[in-house]
Amino acid sequence: MKDRIRKLRERSVSTKPYITPERAVLITEFCAGEGASQSASTPVKRALALKYLLEHKQIFIDDGELIVGERGPAPKAVPTYPEICCHSLQDLEILNSRKKTPFAVDKETRKIYEDNIIPFWKGKSIREMIFGQMSKEWKLAYEAGVFTEFLEQRAPGHTVLDDKIYRKGMLDFKKDIKKSMRSLDFLNDPEALKKMEELKAMEIAADALIRYAERHAGKAREMAKKEKDPTRRKELEKIADVCSHVPANAPRDFWEALQYYWFVHLGVISELNPWDSFNPGRLDQHLYPFYKRGLEQGTLTKEEAKELLELFWIKFNSQPAPPKVGVTAEESSTYNDFALINAGGVKADGSDGVNELSYLILDVVEEMRLIQPGSMVQISKKTPDSFVKKAVEVIREGFGQPSVFNTDAIIQELLRQGKSIEDARNGGASGCVEAGAFGKESYILTGYFNLTKILEIVLNNGVDPRTKRKIGLETGDPSDFSSFDELINAYEKQLNYFVDVKIKGNNIIERLYAEHLPTPFLSLLISDCVQKGKDYSDGGARYNTNYIQGVGLGTITDSLTAIKHKVFDEKNVRMKELVNALHANFDANENLRQVLLNKTPKYGNDDDYADDIMRTVFEIYYRAVDGRPNTKGGYHRINLLPTTVHVYFGKVLGATPDGRKAGEPVSEGVSPVQGADRKGPTAVIKSVSKIDHVRTGGTLLNQKFAPELLEDEQGMDKLGHLIRTYFKLDGHHIQFNVINAETLRDAQKHPEKYTDLLVRVAGYSDYFVDLSTELQNEIIKRTEHKSF
Amino acid sequence: MSINRKLCNLCGKCALACPSDALVLVGRAARADEMLKEIEKDVTFYDESGGGVTFSGGEPLMQPDFLEALLEGCKERNIRIALDTCGYAPCETVDRIKDKVDLFLYDIKTMDDGTHRKYTGVSNKLIIQNFKRLVENGSIISVRFPVIPGVTDNAENVTRTGEFALSHGVKQVCLLPYHRAGIEKYRSLDKTYRLEHLQSPSDEKMQMIKEKLITLGLDVRIGGG
Repeated sequence: MKDRIRKLRERSVSTKPYITPERAVLITEFCAGEGASQSASTPVKRALALKYLLEHKQIFIDDGELIVGERGPAPKAVPTYPEICCHSLQDLEILNSRKKTPFAVDKETRKIYEDNIIPFWKGKSIREMIFGQMSKEWKLAYEAGVFTEFLEQRAPGHTVLDDKIYRKGMLDFKKDIKKSMRSLDFLNDPEALKKMEELKAMEIAADALIRYAERHAGKAREMAKKEKDPTRRKELEKIADVCSHVPANAPRDFWEALQYYWFVHLGVISELNPWDSFNPGRLDQHLYPFYKRGLEQGTLTKEEAKELLELFWIKFNSQPAPPKVGVTAEESSTYNDFALINAGGVKADGSDGVNELSYLILDVVEEMRLIQPGSMVQISKKTPDSFVKKAVEVIREGFGQPSVFNTDAIIQELLRQGKSIEDARNGGASGCVEAGAFGKESYILTGYFNLTKILEIVLNNGVDPRTKRKIGLETGDPSDFSSFDELINAYEKQLNYFVDVKIKGNNIIERLYAEHLPTPFLSLLISDCVQKGKDYSDGGARYNTNYIQGVGLGTITDSLTAIKHKVFDEKNVRMKELVNALHANFDANENLRQVLLNKTPKYGNDDDYADDIMRTVFEIYYRAVDGRPNTKGGYHRINLLPTTVHVYFGKVLGATPDGRKAGEPVSEGVSPVQGADRKGPTAVIKSVSKIDHVRTGGTLLNQKFAPELLEDEQGMDKLGHLIRTYFKLDGHHIQFNVINAETLRDAQKHPEKYTDLLVRVAGYSDYFVDLSTELQNEIIKRTEHKSF
Repeated sequence: MSINRKLCNLCGKCALACPSDALVLVGRAARADEMLKEIEKDVTFYDESGGGVTFSGGEPLMQPDFLEALLEGCKERNIRIALDTCGYAPCETVDRIKDKVDLFLYDIKTMDDGTHRKYTGVSNKLIIQNFKRLVENGSIISVRFPVIPGVTDNAENVTRTGEFALSHGVKQVCLLPYHRAGIEKYRSLDKTYRLEHLQSPSDEKMQMIKEKLITLGLDVRIGGG
């Protein structure tokens, strides 16, 4: 690692995240201001607000940096977004003092919040609007933990850029906007005026980014003048040159391509706080032409390219995810903002996409070992084994990256949803595991859905036993069910009811964002917002998908399986007895719990008894959600991923028929219940492959291996074969924790010794010591496979 | 709680009644067609890795009829077969199965008949005879050599074993270092483990034996995987 990289990396890693009031102050200033801007249309006002922010925020260029630009006034300074959700003084205090993932908040910031920010935004934030408009049924379900709501604290984003910025400068985008404006038909299109306003807003946003880059050029020039070291002076002059050229114009070389993307990234995450920040996506594909040309012309070496990539990596690490409001001191969170860089996959014509940069990116990932950006490899059947092996070599280092995705499955998923073959091939996965048509799709995660909570409500005839409130349908006293089918019917009815409640809420929330918080800058970047004259949040994108993410597939399957096996097949447990035992959290009936744990079939062992029930649950959930229209001309779809919500969903859930005690986490992703898979990884792969992955927009499978399994070539080949087999069976994604339980237990006892221990949580990596104790325990518990 | 093993007739009811799986019945009676179904579950992995089924034990040659049915079933399904055996079986048994196996993983514990008798209770003559039969048959063989400190790891035995393999045209040798994983199993079976004091051979020792065999001209790997 070069000295420059070592220093900057160290600074980025060791600087503690803190809250900066900069953005909140500037946005509030703008919104509270007077004059013509205040009477402008909403999109134009939003664009002007972004422009005001980028014109007035502090510009920062660190020693030794080549790629420049920070979201806040300095690295790790995290802005807030009061127009979405406004932190209270208590929130700020908790953020400042909580043990896990704290954000320092100084006195001055609190004062600013107390005097200016809170008074101005009270009652105006979109979060308050959302909760103000949700129905009683929605609130009951939300409070009971049936589902979560993604958009109450962060804006719709969940999207990835394609190759367009590498071909076009902002000035070219402006030409496209003008063209679109000219084609507006004010005589026949009743929406022409609305479109005109949106296009004007995009134009302002494009200018705002050019201006922002120019300010960096100015700052670099100024610094160059004062710089005594001639080498650094030259670098600063080069930075000024780069920032004067991009983003106004298309990039001319590798350096400019990276800098251009970085400005775009900052633009997106400054405009609002969209989910999963933003993401360059298929970086090896986008940068390869610049890389190749640079090497051919002798203007770039492999080492220089690697250095620039590493500097680019550090930029991501310095922008922690914006913190939530309304948190408790115990609630754990993450600094990871889920940018997920793709390497590998296929090209638009279907041929193998792996190139030298795909390998170089993996070298960078291995050397950087940062929690963000995340990285993944796309493996298609055309991907050479040598690339799979390279990925496995990095995986065995044990810091949870890269995760591994099946390109062929992703393409099938996207095609099934109606995307063109080229758009599907140019796509990939982002966030945790979500499949998307990069640069052309708005794919919004709207909330997690607690599949096991539905069963609990069925077993209590519509009542949530935790809150004692009637929140669901009365589907009958379960003791009266005479067959397993009757139970399944009741489950489906109950699930349909809550999905309806959720979708009704989604449709309202979607309109709130479309009307109140359009995102003209993001819209500029995603096809076909410019052509349509429509905002990203209002159906401007070519494809518009909403997801509801099912959680706890393992727990719900094992719970239903236990009931079928014990109550209806063997008939040695009565339904009444079971429900009472669940209410009592198995107190005084540990015997029954042990029977449920050990003497019933479980998902994850390639046993059709349990796996068929998994398929039934999948079909019920799929039928309830898939194909339901959203308000943007697109559809709702399902995916199966948990991030960390399986901990929360377990907390709101009493004891379950699979022998799980109240409050314990539910299973994560599509993985079996922690410890329920007893027949090794091949049986897990077989069970999980019985899910029809192609009808989802992503599934998440976690496997943990002890590092010694991958010590030699043979072990690495075996892991490669395991991946290939899972993908042959249409599996969507698999990720590996290569670490042993002993190490993790020791890390729990002595966190100070393991501050740099990265583990794969669920779709992303995080520092083990930053995780809640429950989550730590759960990671330890995930079956540690000792042999293949 | 203690178990009176004299009364045990392997009915397994105690394990069934034990809710927490503190008692488990290891192994079960199964028919060949049942086993083939189980094997078929993993075919997709064999296809990818070029692997197949390994029959091991106990000693698979102790159940020749069952084994033969399974081998034929696998052959019908084009599944590759390895047989892990100690070679101590009647010659007729070996003849029955020798053409249905793709790879023999053949234990040669010690070339010294006295030592062999002392530690296994039988002579190694039949084992060596069966080995030769397989060689004559043209079977592919990989020698498995358990490295047991103080028993098989002396220089003379290492050289003799290596030379024996080579002289029969067998080049593959896997060195299996003695491990202590059996201690816990014996304990839970209420059996006395007579080598409790014996430690696993050191990495250096394993490396030394490996190099010795390599200089003889063998392909050697440590571990059986």
